[in-house]
Amino acid sequence: MTESLLTVQDLEISAGQRHLVHPTSFTIAAGERVGLIGESGSGKSLTSAAVMGLLPGELSARGQVKLSGTEGNLLTWSERRMARLRGRDLSMVFQEPMSALNPLMRVGEQVAEVMRIHRTANPAQAKARAVELLERVRLPDPRAAARAYPHQLSGGQRQRVMLAIAMANSPRLLICDEPTTALDVTVQAQVLDLIREAVVADGTGLLFITHDLAVVASVCERVMVMYRGRIVESGSCEQIFTDPQHEYTRGLLAASDLTATDDRGRLFTIASAARYRSHASGDGAMTDAEADAGSASRAAPVDLATGEPLIEVSELVKTYSRTRTSLFGRADRVEALRGISLSIPAGRRFGIVGESGSGKSTLLKILSGLEPPTTGSVQVGGVHVESATSAQLRSMREDLQIVFQDPFASLDPRMKVADIIAEPLVPMRVPERKRRERVAETLAAVGLEPESAHRFPHQFSGGQRQRISIARALVCRPRILVADEPVSALDVSVRAQVLNLLTDLVDEYQLTLVFVSHDLGVVRHLCSDVAVMKSGEIVETGDVESIYTNPQHPYTASLVAATPSLEDAFAAS
Amino acid sequence: MARYVIGRVLQFVLTAALASVVVFVLMQVLPGNAAQVALGTSATPEAVAALEAEYGLDRPRIVQYLSWIGGVLTGDFGTSYVTKAPISPVIFNSIQVTLIVVLASMALALAVAVPLGTAAAVLHNRPTGVIISGASQIGIAIPNFLAAIILVMVFSLGLGWFPSSGWQAPIEGFGGFLERLVLPVTALALVQAAILTRYVRSAVLEVMREDFLRTARAKGLPAGRALVRHGLRNAAIPVVTVAGVQLATLLIGAVVIEQVFVLPGMGTELVRAVSNRDLVTVQGIVMVLVVLVLLLNLIVDLLYSVLDPRVRRAA
Repeated sequence: MTESLLTVQDLEISAGQRHLVHPTSFTIAAGERVGLIGESGSGKSLTSAAVMGLLPGELSARGQVKLSGTEGNLLTWSERRMARLRGRDLSMVFQEPMSALNPLMRVGEQVAEVMRIHRTANPAQAKARAVELLERVRLPDPRAAARAYPHQLSGGQRQRVMLAIAMANSPRLLICDEPTTALDVTVQAQVLDLIREAVVADGTGLLFITHDLAVVASVCERVMVMYRGRIVESGSCEQIFTDPQHEYTRGLLAASDLTATDDRGRLFTIASAARYRSHASGDGAMTDAEADAGSASRAAPVDLATGEPLIEVSELVKTYSRTRTSLFGRADRVEALRGISLSIPAGRRFGIVGESGSGKSTLLKILSGLEPPTTGSVQVGGVHVESATSAQLRSMREDLQIVFQDPFASLDPRMKVADIIAEPLVPMRVPERKRRERVAETLAAVGLEPESAHRFPHQFSGGQRQRISIARALVCRPRILVADEPVSALDVSVRAQVLNLLTDLVDEYQLTLVFVSHDLGVVRHLCSDVAVMKSGEIVETGDVESIYTNPQHPYTASLVAATPSLEDAFAAS
Repeated sequence: MARYVIGRVLQFVLTAALASVVVFVLMQVLPGNAAQVALGTSATPEAVAALEAEYGLDRPRIVQYLSWIGGVLTGDFGTSYVTKAPISPVIFNSIQVTLIVVLASMALALAVAVPLGTAAAVLHNRPTGVIISGASQIGIAIPNFLAAIILVMVFSLGLGWFPSSGWQAPIEGFGGFLERLVLPVTALALVQAAILTRYVRSAVLEVMREDFLRTARAKGLPAGRALVRHGLRNAAIPVVTVAGVQLATLLIGAVVIEQVFVLPGMGTELVRAVSNRDLVTVQGIVMVLVVLVLLLNLIVDLLYSVLDPRVRRAA
């Protein structure tokens, strides 16, 4: 290994008496690309913040952080002295591109500023360099982008701007904290390529923080796994993927692999990881054929023959009129849906895949009667949603229940879990005693303790809250369960558990599942059929395996290609 | 941007027109008419009718309104039935006094509140921050007439630094003008400063949690400079909203303060006109106050678009 660029020794981060990161040591060599992987709360973001000297005031760090070419321990430096390093030697790209830029300042100025602060360019040069940098991160029209305000750019474009700022002074170390988590898959693939190219071209060292194993493999050479405030394992990508030593790493790997299932056709979880055999390990790995066989048996719909359409959508159009502003083209009328037709037979697991803005959320809102369509018709279980009376809508909603994306925002923090779950039963006039029975029954079904009923949502983790949401949806025994990105806010290890739960419940309650996701991998595992949406249209629909293995539409093909998968990661390493 | 400005100005004109109708109608429905008031209760109906004809009060209401509003638009507020003098000079003289007092106290309040509020936010978990917050809480609780009386007792009657009342126009002597301005402006500004300090504090606290401030620090700005360069303009947006609303209440607060300090402002004139049952003057002053408040709202809205690019194309 060449000379080390960053040396972290016994770094310890604590909030008062509570230790968030236990003594942790690692080094990054000049130009080396290192991934730091772990789930939320594992301390990976705090570790990077400590290196940058950007820890929130109420946290304190001890230990040593050394950067080659500088004297002493960065942790003891003053804010003023650290500021001179930040943006010049150390720079950072953050997770949330929507809020990371100053909304009141033109993009070009924000890029130029980082050069002016460090006097690496005079004001006129900085302005010209800013446009060059925006071109380097491949913004469509760099000159126009420099004059734009952040709100005129999309999330992916803003993240490119952040990268332009971070790379402006050719730093020696770039820290990326979940830089693509908030982005669409195809955009994620482009941004990841850009990051890799940029650091390779400039010889910049990279510390790449993510929860996604497949992503880390596509960018990094070496991986460190962080678990509960400790780095539990570290090694080359190949080593980690083929021969993980720590129990947690093995669990994470197993849970990430959406193509591998156990003998019951369920995903591996941390608990069942021992039986998981990695693709790359070679010793009798489960082949794709085996995996497919598994998924085929799973996906067998309850009753294909009599599966008459439970949901029938025809020529659905939804147009919003509003003054929307975007840098590249202004639209006063937004066509969210432009003529969608689909029919979902009872008992199928129907996936709807699309990126943000594809109209999938609008489709869900119309399906569930939360919004009227502009034209077209929707039939759910025999009820014409677009012309239904409120009584009909109410009975339709007993049949169709929704699980929402954000387990933190979709539960009323002031209501007890029992009341949250029982709420759909209130308009159905179910008597109090019966309601309590049903709540207890449903809690058991989603794998929560009976005592949970008396607690409040904030006392639960993200995965547990999503179980509460599922319980609320199931309590009125619907025939259709609509899930809107139910696992996209969850950690990988929790994701596997929730997906398994959904699979179990769909079998047990004989549900028709409508599952909306941006993640083709998840849909492939869970669903029998899929519709791919783009710009308000369904570009392709059919059974999930044939679409995944043999996409007909170029957009579907690009979506499949862009979805980071562990198989590709293995192939690359 | 141009579309936004034109839209807001049009909205102002429409609201002002509507307000003028409301003001006019209100004065019409008040009991007692001007001719009756001028002649007293013993006047014969014939005499009242003759005077009404002379004042033009026998014309249809719509004609009366149009002739009044036409005059207002050309700067002529008509003639008082009580003093027989034209109203416009009264309004033009008093409006100057009121505007000077109100704007000076708002400027003083902001000059105090912005640094204090920012300091209270930055030092929110230190003693200084807590003391500033506590002091501003007390400041809010003091009504401005009470502040005025205390100020007069201490600085005028006690220390003899400033005169306790009166007014001098700037052209009659700038020193005397300033001397007489200090106490009323301070009395009005004190409460405003206390309220604004709290808003500035919470706005800055909010901004300090923003991701883009962390970005600014990651770019190499020390925390303090990051807050000044990127934070304060963002924090200004909610503060401008509150300051706009406060300006309107300041105009009303000035009515009381003008009484305490015997200033010849609009408040004093309004009180005099009301007690004289001088309806035409009341109507003129109320109209001017309404337009002033609307104008302040317009300025605040235009300030938004200067501060925040996201507002420019919306609305």
